[in-house]
Amino acid sequence: MARIVAGVGTSHVPAIGAASDHGKDQDPYYKPLFDGYEPAREWIKKVNPDVIFLVFNDHASAFSVEVINTFVLGVADGYNPADEGYGPRKVPYVQGHADFSSHINESLIFDEFDIAIANQMDVDHGLTVPMTIMFGKPDAWPCQVIPFCVNVIKYPQPTAARCLKIGRAIRKAVESYPEDLRVAVFGTGGMSHQLQGERAGLINQEFDTMFLDNLQDNPEKLANISHTEFMREAGSEGIELIMWLIMRGAMENPREVYRHYHVPISNSAGGLICFEEAGE
Amino acid sequence: MAIHTDYEDIPGTYVFNGRRCREAFQLNMFCKSLDKPENRDRFRADPTVYLDEFAMTPEQRKTIEDRDWLGMLHLGGNIYYTFKLAIFDGLSMQHVGGMMSQMTVDDFRAMMVTGGRPVQGNTSKAENAKNG
Repeated sequence: MARIVAGVGTSHVPAIGAASDHGKDQDPYYKPLFDGYEPAREWIKKVNPDVIFLVFNDHASAFSVEVINTFVLGVADGYNPADEGYGPRKVPYVQGHADFSSHINESLIFDEFDIAIANQMDVDHGLTVPMTIMFGKPDAWPCQVIPFCVNVIKYPQPTAARCLKIGRAIRKAVESYPEDLRVAVFGTGGMSHQLQGERAGLINQEFDTMFLDNLQDNPEKLANISHTEFMREAGSEGIELIMWLIMRGAMENPREVYRHYHVPISNSAGGLICFEEAGE
Repeated sequence: MAIHTDYEDIPGTYVFNGRRCREAFQLNMFCKSLDKPENRDRFRADPTVYLDEFAMTPEQRKTIEDRDWLGMLHLGGNIYYTFKLAIFDGLSMQHVGGMMSQMTVDDFRAMMVTGGRPVQGNTSKAENAKNG
């Protein structure tokens, strides 16, 4: 049976990918950030997941304002890195697991989570930057990836409470898949940041710390945060943190094994938290 | 019709709600089109002709032509879309962040390195009005 062995919450700021791609990860600006990723990279090697269920958002790359879906599950055999205006990142092709995706699709729908699916979807920095953060620069990614895309751009985003619940349904879906697979769930985006308007550059370290401190044991507290409170306290783009609650919902008894927090990365606060599932 | 509007109290923030999403559909689709290399080439070759393909309001079109990043948001633009135009221009998010908040890019970068824009005094229009 497939089982969830680990969870990761991480920022997916595009500048992290650019720094890695252009060999700037040891520049003074980026060194403290990337040095803080090393223990997580060592840890994920030991976790050795077969599949990553990667929760992220598309930034007007695969999707646009033409059709806006709240939750989209990738069900393809694989996914190309997207052209975000600079040409695609030169990172490996993302191998999917179509049969596992299809199973999760069925399980979620029968569980009354009416997600959309994508048979073809280019994946932007929202997905590829977390892979870089955790795996560096390999010739091929060491595991398969199931992308799960959340609308965090068009208000109203799904509620934090809904994200926690769909995470639980994802756990149920994973655990009912017959293949013996080790699955890690990544929730990405955040931490506090605002890209737009006169308030651009907003960072709230106190909020971020509160979020990290409560993720393991008090996810219900975080699930009660309203859209307005997220945007007010963590910045209009900081609402991406709801995606970390999907990861948290997919874990039953998480135990924090590592945390890294750094300000700034470009216009954002960067956070990383790693959990192991108790008994795994 | 809106169920919640309390987010309108957040200063300097243009929540991408249904109204803005409708109002700036063409503006955002123009920006989105720039993620294809052939469109970037066409826009570079003749901006006027290229912009004619998108039925924006004259005011919206002017914000694009003037690279008025804040004006785009006022008229419904979304930052993830408008940033595609910034990428086209070779600008970073610090450049755009500075221009939207009336700061030079160097001042904006310096603000980020020292911890970013503080949340204190930046959370509520009503509070700010009360405190003068």
